[in-house]
Amino acid sequence: MSAGLLIDATLCVGCGACEAACKEANGLPLPVEERTTAYTWTVVQQREGQYVRRLCMHCLEPTCVSVCPVGALSKTEAGPVVYDPKRCIGCRYCIMACPFGVPKYQWDRPVPVVGKCVLCAGRLEQGLAPACAAVCPTGASLFGRRDELLQEARARIASEPGRYVNRVYGAEEAGGTSVLLLSSVPFERLGFPAGLPKEPLPLRTWQVLSKIPDFVVLAGVFLYGLFWITRRREQVRAAEGEPREADLDERPAPGDGEAAP
Amino acid sequence: MNAARPASDPPGAVRFWRAVFALVVAAFAVATVLRFGLGLGAVTNLSDRFPWGLWIGFDVLCGVGLAAGAFTLTAVVHLLNLRRFEPILRSTVLTALLGYLLVIVALLFDLGQPWRIRHPLVFRNPHSVMFEVAWCVMLYTTVLAFEFAPVVFERLSLHTLGSVLRAVSTPLVIAGVILSTLHQSSLGSLYLIVPEKLHPLWYTPLLPLFFFMSAVGAGLGMVVLESWLSGRAFGRELEMDLLEPLARAMAVVLGVYGLLRLIVLRRAGALARFADPGYEEAMFAVELALGVLLPVGLLALPRVRRSGRGLVVAAFLAVLGLVANRLNVSVTGMEAAAGARYLPSVMEVLVSLGLVALGFALFAFAARWLPVFPERGATTPGRRAETARPVAEPVEV
Repeated sequence: MSAGLLIDATLCVGCGACEAACKEANGLPLPVEERTTAYTWTVVQQREGQYVRRLCMHCLEPTCVSVCPVGALSKTEAGPVVYDPKRCIGCRYCIMACPFGVPKYQWDRPVPVVGKCVLCAGRLEQGLAPACAAVCPTGASLFGRRDELLQEARARIASEPGRYVNRVYGAEEAGGTSVLLLSSVPFERLGFPAGLPKEPLPLRTWQVLSKIPDFVVLAGVFLYGLFWITRRREQVRAAEGEPREADLDERPAPGDGEAAP
Repeated sequence: MNAARPASDPPGAVRFWRAVFALVVAAFAVATVLRFGLGLGAVTNLSDRFPWGLWIGFDVLCGVGLAAGAFTLTAVVHLLNLRRFEPILRSTVLTALLGYLLVIVALLFDLGQPWRIRHPLVFRNPHSVMFEVAWCVMLYTTVLAFEFAPVVFERLSLHTLGSVLRAVSTPLVIAGVILSTLHQSSLGSLYLIVPEKLHPLWYTPLLPLFFFMSAVGAGLGMVVLESWLSGRAFGRELEMDLLEPLARAMAVVLGVYGLLRLIVLRRAGALARFADPGYEEAMFAVELALGVLLPVGLLALPRVRRSGRGLVVAAFLAVLGLVANRLNVSVTGMEAAAGARYLPSVMEVLVSLGLVALGFALFAFAARWLPVFPERGATTPGRRAETARPVAEPVEV
């Protein structure tokens, strides 16, 4: 079972320790910007009197992984959605398609790459928690197994229904995400897309792409058949000594066929 | 600048257009240096909110869409065996070949790391629509090169090579039709994965079908337009007997397409939006009314169909209609979700203009040096069809 984060926005005090730890762990340049960029992978924002942290949601079936033509993005067994800058061609389809608006581009560089939270995949391999969760002083960012975190989130809502909106964000959005959020403010008012479908978005393109092999075979047979029939008809016509299609069409050009001025 | 009326003063007009061309190419050169020297952010209005702009929306989506005339016409001539359309086939294939080459050049501008454009050959992700488009565009550009190569061989009197290619012409044409069907529709499929971002006036699961149909329709319009333009440039008559049926086919395809789009919108309940029209509704109305319904309506009138001017106007509207549709899908329809308006920067426009100008120049150059058009005064289409096909009669240069 893969790992995830539970972010309980009601516990966040906005100290910014996660932001600083993220910069350090991933070797990103300071300062921490106001919104996530290619150089700021997580940021704590104040919205509607509550702090909320933005970062990659690490979808269970990520849109970015599906759209990348060269497989530069991938979902690891451990949970993180990681990025290989050596493969990236810079088409920016991931930025265009991500339902959460997560991947960002180094627009200021002549040789740019994409930047986004990778859930400290390297630290996870060493058995460590992501840097943000490791430094969080209040437990607002909790690292663990996703299924256990989901249970924990539901238990918190059940025990203190007045404290939370009745929704674990990420439980089923776009097929579910490894990062789960709890909030006292409805998520759409925090700037999270509220109307995402429950089925993974990559299904929408796969429904079309998966039909291509069949289409190629059928179209090939159909088109060759078309060619064969029209040619055969021509041959029969020629053998019967009738005029060819091209000659039949040798009618006088329309009288007003002058070139337009 | 008073030489802008080409008909009245041909030498002056030529001078004027040469000056325009030189200016556009010079600006294009400057923009190119800045683009690769400073990076995308410095020269474009692209951002994390709006990562795809004019170079994708116009150069790629419209460039590919408007080159659809070639696969349609090769299918008509070689698979439906309607040989009388052969006289305009070479110029159509040439237009498409140049179009695809320029699309690839545009991609080199747009990609963050253009030298990695070959990566989809090595690193494969069959779940990505972009991966499929990359392969189809690459393969189809190759097919177009093979389809046009006999013209070059004919000019160089390499008859053996020419006959080798003609031996495989049917499989080539079939491959071209299949590859085109796939990637023309797939450019629409690119947007299937953003149901929550693309405005409901344009988002539908039928996007691939709509991209395909509009490309076939407007691609035929492009054939008419290109015949008219080269007719003016090379002093040839408009082939009314060929272009009229193509325009009629265009009207049928676009008519069905327009009707289908309205039906789909009605079933999705999106027509109610027009009770309180806003920005998107206005852009949609312009696209569909002026770019689809008007040309179809015009071509329904026999008087319009029989006049060269009528055909050209209708074809031009259809071509603009495709451009409007692609820009609406890639820009207008994405603005609300992005929370930002996108207007291309001057540099982006200069690059796109420069590529269009290069296309015109390359076409003119090729048409002058290669046997692209049937010889003037060549008798009937029927006779020409027979002689043009085998290179049998070697051109004595």
